[in-house]
Amino acid sequence: MLSQQVNTQSAGLEISDTSRISAALFALLFGSFMLYGTVFSHSEILHNAAHDTRHAVTAPCH
Amino acid sequence: MLTRFLLAAILAGVLAGVFVTAVQAIRVTPLILKAETFENEGNETKTHSHGNQTDVADHHHAEDASGIEAWAPENGIERTLFTLLTNVLVGVSFSLILSAGILITKSQLSFRSGLVWGLCGFIAFVLAPNFGLSPELPGMDAANLVQRQIWWFVTVVATSAALLIFAFKQQLVWMLAGLVFIVAPHLYGAPLPDSHNSIVPANLAAEFVIATVVTSFLFWLVLGGALGWLVQHRVMNIDGNHASQ
Repeated sequence: MLSQQVNTQSAGLEISDTSRISAALFALLFGSFMLYGTVFSHSEILHNAAHDTRHAVTAPCH
Repeated sequence: MLTRFLLAAILAGVLAGVFVTAVQAIRVTPLILKAETFENEGNETKTHSHGNQTDVADHHHAEDASGIEAWAPENGIERTLFTLLTNVLVGVSFSLILSAGILITKSQLSFRSGLVWGLCGFIAFVLAPNFGLSPELPGMDAANLVQRQIWWFVTVVATSAALLIFAFKQQLVWMLAGLVFIVAPHLYGAPLPDSHNSIVPANLAAEFVIATVVTSFLFWLVLGGALGWLVQHRVMNIDGNHASQ
């Protein structure tokens, strides 16, 4: 991967802080977006499809 | 490597979602279906409806603003498959959010540390919000939905921040700030309904609380453990070293 640099001390591969933080933000935003769609959306169709999941994860549902 | 890390997170989420669908089938889903029979009976008495409501568990066929019944999966295999799908989506969502914390704090993962991350997820996403808003069964009275969702969200974010502070900042000032983050949402108070009238019997609600909390606990342990194991054995850890070697 381009962002990986040779680390002479550990002879391992180190990821740059920029790509690590970018990946973290991507994971956080994408995860939150999907969580919103399944557990929080007020769309009736999404509510009905995810109904039992919403109750099971104890999120406010109705 | 980051791509492999994120793929491991997605896989762990899928595994946890499939696992929890099976566990929910033991206690959680039967209790939801049972509560819906009371809810539907209640609705029938309320509206004096003598319609063709033959399906006792059709609570989730909610109507939209125009009064037209919105689509909902049919009870049985279709409903179960949609629950499986949404459990997997929720599993992947939680796994990605957990991974964001692991990446930001540059933490090393193993099976055991993964379990600890999972336990923290359980505290932040289940224990903390449920201390204010008990798990709801269909048919139970509750306060305004948006207000409850906002309180749930703020409590989860504040508790997560507090746990990260406790784990990574040892100074007293930070610890006190973490304590404030944990306590503040509960001092403010969760939005509660004016009355606790419920057409669902109280013992059913009590059983549901334990069933969801235990099921969620197992879900978070499997999620954290699977994520830790996969990163340890199939992905290089964040500093580039194989943790398993």
